[in-house]
Amino acid sequence: MAERTVTIASTHGLHARPASIFTQAAAKAGVPVQLTKGDKTVNAASILGVISLGIDHNDDVVLSVEGDGADAVLDELAALLTTDHDAA
Amino acid sequence: MTFQGVGIGRGMAMGTVLQMPAPLPEPQDAPSTLSVDAEKERAAVALAATAAGIRARGERAGGSAKDVLEAQAFMAEDPTLSDDVKARIGTGKTAERAVFEAFASFRDLLVSMGGYMGERATDLDDVSQRVVAQLQGVEAPGVPDPDHQFVLVARDLAPADTALLNLDKVLGLITSDGGPTSHTAILAREKSIVAVVGAAGALEIANGTTVVVDASTGTITVDPNEDQRFAAKMAIQERASLAKAPAGPGRLADDTEIPLLANLGSAGGAEEAVELGAEGVGLFRTEFLFLDSAQAPTVEEQQAQYSSLFAAFPGKKVVVRALDAGADKPLSFLNDAPEENPALGLRGLRALRANEQILRDQLTAIRNAEAENTADVWVMAPMVSTLEETRYFTSIAREIGLKTAGVMIEVPSSALLADRILVDADFASIGTNDLTQYTLAADRLLGSVASFQDPWHPAVLRLVGEVGKAGAALGKPVGICGEAAADPLLAVVLVGLGATSLSMSPAALADVRAELRLYTIEQAQHFAELALKANSAMEARAAVSASASS
Repeated sequence: MAERTVTIASTHGLHARPASIFTQAAAKAGVPVQLTKGDKTVNAASILGVISLGIDHNDDVVLSVEGDGADAVLDELAALLTTDHDAA
Repeated sequence: MTFQGVGIGRGMAMGTVLQMPAPLPEPQDAPSTLSVDAEKERAAVALAATAAGIRARGERAGGSAKDVLEAQAFMAEDPTLSDDVKARIGTGKTAERAVFEAFASFRDLLVSMGGYMGERATDLDDVSQRVVAQLQGVEAPGVPDPDHQFVLVARDLAPADTALLNLDKVLGLITSDGGPTSHTAILAREKSIVAVVGAAGALEIANGTTVVVDASTGTITVDPNEDQRFAAKMAIQERASLAKAPAGPGRLADDTEIPLLANLGSAGGAEEAVELGAEGVGLFRTEFLFLDSAQAPTVEEQQAQYSSLFAAFPGKKVVVRALDAGADKPLSFLNDAPEENPALGLRGLRALRANEQILRDQLTAIRNAEAENTADVWVMAPMVSTLEETRYFTSIAREIGLKTAGVMIEVPSSALLADRILVDADFASIGTNDLTQYTLAADRLLGSVASFQDPWHPAVLRLVGEVGKAGAALGKPVGICGEAAADPLLAVVLVGLGATSLSMSPAALADVRAELRLYTIEQAQHFAELALKANSAMEARAAVSASASS
C-alpha cells in the first residue's frame, strides 16, 4: 500500500465543488483509495465520506492507495488536493 | 366554493390543480421479514434506480438544475452511504428503515457542520424520500413535473423546490401556509407568477380540479361555472394585451412622474426590459463580469460589456453599481479571509476600498463606455455606511470623469445621516433588501429568520422616509432598487415616502405602472403616514390595503 501526506490548498477547504472533483477522480482510479484526517478514514470515492471529514484549508490529510499503479494514482489525486480550486 | 389567501401581484390564472405530494411518513422500525441478503438487494436496486431517475430529470431540466440534480444522484450512489445502509440491514432492519436512518445520520452530520454544508441537508432529505418511495412503490414526493400546464398547490415551497420548478408549466401557485414574505411569494414576485399564499384549506382541492386564481383579490374559485370561466379568460387576455401594449412612462394619477427602471444583472436582459417599458436601468449589477474569474477583468473587457448595455438605452438613464462582492457572492481576489459574519464584514465598498485599483479600473471602463454612447450614465457605490465613505467614492468617480456619482443606502447609519450624505452624493438609491436585513438584524439568507425580512416594517419605512425627506430638501433624486419596489401597493407607499424613481425586475413593471396610475401624490403620502403609524409590517400592509380598497 502506498501513502502520501498532503496539505489542502483550496481556500475554503475540501467542500462542495473541490470535494466533488476529488471524489469523482478517486472513483475513476480503478483501485481502492482511502483518505484519512486525524484518526478517521473514509473511502475517497464517497462524497459524503469526504465531506464528513470536515477538511479545511491547510489541513494535512493522508491518501492511501492499494493495488497496481498506486503511485500514479497518488500523483494525480495529490495534485488535485494541492490545487486551489476555489481560485480557479 | 372559494378559498381566500393573500395575493401576490395582480395577475389571474386558470388551470387544473396539482397538489405537491405530501412527504412520506417515517418508515417503521419493525424487524424485517425478509432475509438480510434480500433486503440488501432491494436497497441496492432502489438506490441505483433513484440515482438514474434523478439523473434523467437533470438531463431534462438542463442549466443550473442539472448540476443540483447530478450532485443528488451522486449522493444516492455514495459508497459510504451504501455501506451504512448494508450495516443497518445486517442488524435486522428493513431496507426502507435502513435507508431512512443512514440518510438521516448524514443529514445530521451536515447540519452540525453548518454553513454551506448545512444547506445541503435538504438535498439529502429529498434523495432519502425518493429512495424510500422507490422501495415502497409509491409516487416520489417533491415538485411534480407533468407534461401539461398546471396550478401548483403546496403547504409552502422550499428554495430547493422552487429551483426545480418548471416555470413554463406553472400557471399559478397556491400555498396553504406561508405569508407574503415567504420564499414562494418572493419567487412569485420576481418571476411574475400568479400566486395566492396562506390560503387555508387549499390542500383539500383534488388533483385535476379546475380553479381560477385571482391574485388581485387573493381569491381561489374552485370548479368555476361557465360565466366565471369566461370572465377569467377575458381578464387573463386583457392583462396579456396590457403587458404587450406600449407602456407610457411611470406616473401617478395627478401626472407626477415616477420613472420606472429595470434591475439588470447582465447586458443580455436589456432588450426584454425595453420591451416591458423600462425607462432606463436603475440598478445594473456588475458582479457577473467578475464571478468565476481568478482576477478582475481588464478595463477593455469591462468596457465592451458596459458599452453593449448603454447602447440599448440611448438617451436614457443607466445606473451602474460598482462591484458588490461579499456575503452571498464572495470573490476570492477581493477578500478570501473567512469571516464569522460576512454580511457585516469586508463587503461592498469596503472590499473595493481594500482593492482600490479594481474600483478605479471599473470606473474607468464605465467612463470609456459612456463616451461611446448617448446613455445618461450614473454610478453608485454599494453598502456605504458613512459620510466619509461617500466622499471617498464620489471623489474618485469625479476624478475619473463620471458626472453623476451616488451611493446605495442599505445600512441604517446612512439612512439616518442621509441629510449629510446627500449634500455630497448626487443621488441615493435605497436597497430595500439589505436595508431590511440590517434594520431588523436578520440574515436574509437564513430561513429561520425569514419572517423578519419584510420591507413593510415601519422601522424600515421610517428610514426610507428619512432619505426621502433629505432628497426633497436638497433636490437630489432618491431611487428604490429592491424587492420592495416590485410590490405594487408598497411601491405607492415608497413614493409617498419620497422616492422619485423605482427600479425592479422587468417582469414587475406592468403591475407597478398600473398601480401608480390609481393614486395622487397626496394619496401616496397618506398611505405612507398610515404605514408609518402601524406597529408591525402586517399592520402596515393591512392599514394601507384597507385604505386603498375603500
